[in-house]
Amino acid sequence: MINLTMDGLKINVEPGATLLDVARFYGANIPTLCYDEALSPYGACRLCLVEIGEPGKSRLVSSCTYPAREKLNVRTNTVRVMQTRKMIIELYLATCPSSKTIQDLASKYGVTGVRFSPKNEECILCGLCVRMCEEQMQAKAIGFVDRGVNRRISTAFDRKSEQCRLCGACMYICPVCQVRCQGPSG
Amino acid sequence: MDLEAPKIKSAEEFFYIQRNYQKQYRDNNRFIAICGDTGCTARNSKAILGSLDRCLKEKDLSETVGARFTGCLGLCESGPLVIVYPEEILYHRVIPDDMPEIVEETVQAGRIIDRLIYRDPSSGEKYAYARGLPFYKKQVRNLLSGNWKTDPTKIEDYIAQGGYEALVKAVTEMSPGEVVQEVKEARLRGRGGAGFDAGLKWEECFKASGRKFIICNADEGDPGAFMDRSLLEGNPHAVLEGLIIGAYATDAREGVVYIRSEYPTAVEKIKTAINRAKELGLVGDDILGSGFGIQIYLSIGAGAFVCGETSALIASVDGRVGEPVQKPPRLVQQGYLDRPTVVNNVETLANVPHIIKQGAENYRATGTEASSGTKIFSLVGKVNNTGLVEVPLGMTLREIIFEIGGGIKEGKAFKAVQTGGPSGGCLPASYLDLPTDFESLTEVGSMMGSGGMIVMDEDTCMVDLAGYFLKFLADESCGCCFTCREGISRLLELVQNISCGRGSLDQLDLLKELAEVVKDSTLCGLGQTAPNPVLSTIKYFEDEYRVHILQNKCPAGVCRALITFEIIESYCNGCGLCKKNCPSDAITGEQKKPHYIDKDQCDKCGICFSTCRNEAILKQ
Repeated sequence: MINLTMDGLKINVEPGATLLDVARFYGANIPTLCYDEALSPYGACRLCLVEIGEPGKSRLVSSCTYPAREKLNVRTNTVRVMQTRKMIIELYLATCPSSKTIQDLASKYGVTGVRFSPKNEECILCGLCVRMCEEQMQAKAIGFVDRGVNRRISTAFDRKSEQCRLCGACMYICPVCQVRCQGPSG
Repeated sequence: MDLEAPKIKSAEEFFYIQRNYQKQYRDNNRFIAICGDTGCTARNSKAILGSLDRCLKEKDLSETVGARFTGCLGLCESGPLVIVYPEEILYHRVIPDDMPEIVEETVQAGRIIDRLIYRDPSSGEKYAYARGLPFYKKQVRNLLSGNWKTDPTKIEDYIAQGGYEALVKAVTEMSPGEVVQEVKEARLRGRGGAGFDAGLKWEECFKASGRKFIICNADEGDPGAFMDRSLLEGNPHAVLEGLIIGAYATDAREGVVYIRSEYPTAVEKIKTAINRAKELGLVGDDILGSGFGIQIYLSIGAGAFVCGETSALIASVDGRVGEPVQKPPRLVQQGYLDRPTVVNNVETLANVPHIIKQGAENYRATGTEASSGTKIFSLVGKVNNTGLVEVPLGMTLREIIFEIGGGIKEGKAFKAVQTGGPSGGCLPASYLDLPTDFESLTEVGSMMGSGGMIVMDEDTCMVDLAGYFLKFLADESCGCCFTCREGISRLLELVQNISCGRGSLDQLDLLKELAEVVKDSTLCGLGQTAPNPVLSTIKYFEDEYRVHILQNKCPAGVCRALITFEIIESYCNGCGLCKKNCPSDAITGEQKKPHYIDKDQCDKCGICFSTCRNEAILKQ
């Protein structure tokens, strides 16, 4: 068993658990967009940040990918975590203003305005669909293409995929666009 | 030379072969070295070597005078460089047609050719001998000294200069634990950016059991940085020797050199080096009869900047997309193929043979208490002597830029220096006396990085500069983390707004706030350091941002949207040169009468400004 402190609470956890597992088990409220219990963690949405380490030398890490470690001091709701999270939600809202999930998140965390120019993207590249397709459907029909600002999700060579069985799992798991996304059409 | 040399099986055999090579080397005492590295090759140093060969043949000197390509000689600004040994006379900006004269005058008659020797651009003083140059005088060239005399394709040259002695010492006289201890005592810190203690890393890997790997990180992607490339192209055996010693110390039996495909010459050189070392039995099974063996493979990256990050590098070596992953588990616990892996930078490994050879105590004598040894910087930008400089850690920026670098070009004023590549920070003139070591640079908001050093003069706009680096990073971010991908592109958007005159003070505050968030919330080093150029330029040059926002002016005259060109009537003699050269036909006027710029049509390219001989164009 691993001993760690979370929000002042002394906790014993099984080896192999992530900080998000621990936090959710003990009822801490941590939002996520790219996490699903049935899929491997990816750490792309950065919403699940928690502060680790002693004050003064602490840093923020994504709790979904960070393993629970001995004597770790974790804090899930510090000012630093909250301010960073609010800014990230504001960025999301500016990128995908019409997504219901993101609007709900914004209202929950008190993000009332957007200071960036709106973009109207349809995808936040959380990668849930990619992992769903690979890990649960064993199809690997879609994946990430290109990098940086040009990153997008597509089938191989942007052609109609022979691996895709049109199961729709990618659309089902998508946290953001749901309606507008048409699945992996070729 | 004897290509089918038998494998070296013991230390005695090695020293016997070394004596042979040294004898051959001494017989070739009189030789001419031509820099064969990137900068000089681009300026036709291959033709110089061809011309020299022809010349020597004509004069029947091929037997007595050697001619060889060497690695980077450092003073890239004045290439192609030619050094005549044994006097070490340095000629710069040589063209192929100069070679007959050099052979006749210097080699045969022993006279120095005045027009080819180096002149200091600021003092005008002439220097004939390489060692006397102010550029070299202040440097401590431990790693780069090998470049001066050795042909990077010849292992014989390297061994004759004392190369692989450290390997022999490590493998035959020391235990792996002693090697680790020596490196730890030398306080060798990783030269790739983070400055992590290399000895500690090795120790941890040594303690792990089972199959292990050691990887040499030669994925150097910073704009304007080329020290790893020069080491690999100029002295690949030094890096290889460090890698083998590292493998011995960490008990890894497999080594990988991860190198980017944009460095074709370096790939070729390291490949040759590995093959030659294999032929001599310095790579392979049972090295020098010690029972220790290593296999070394090359892995060629496709050139993503983020693949310099160690976890992304391992993904790339493995054939996956180069994306960083969460640490822990750290690589020394679970790296390549989930086995313990040590990743060291090229320059770190090149330091290792020196530590083993001279001992930790002597090595530590150079540099500062916490940062020992030397560091190679690629000094570029608006300095007189651009090139590679190797200095003890802790030397001040002023010494590097003004004494070694020879000051700012065209006598302009120094404005800032960017250290540590795109993720580093810009430091103003008030920090010129800052010692360059890991801690001092980090403290003031910059970093050591891999050693890029870009010097800027008064004509550089800091807002434009921040935009340039952000654009680079936006392209090079892997795009996995939302805050890095979206954050950097939003930072760029804000900076571009300011440089276009659409900025506001609120946007400046937002820029600062977002920069802190990106720094705090991203997974890997790329995202965490990406806001540094913005944060440091705001910290030290906030006035410049404010002038852009409040007065809609760019003080340095760089941001196109904020500058205007005008012709001062009284200065214009109507020569028509500007009109002829203007690409957007924005200039009108009759000959010998003052001309006029149509501001709506003007593209603000600045060609008129640079072509006008009467300084009649006013840039505001």
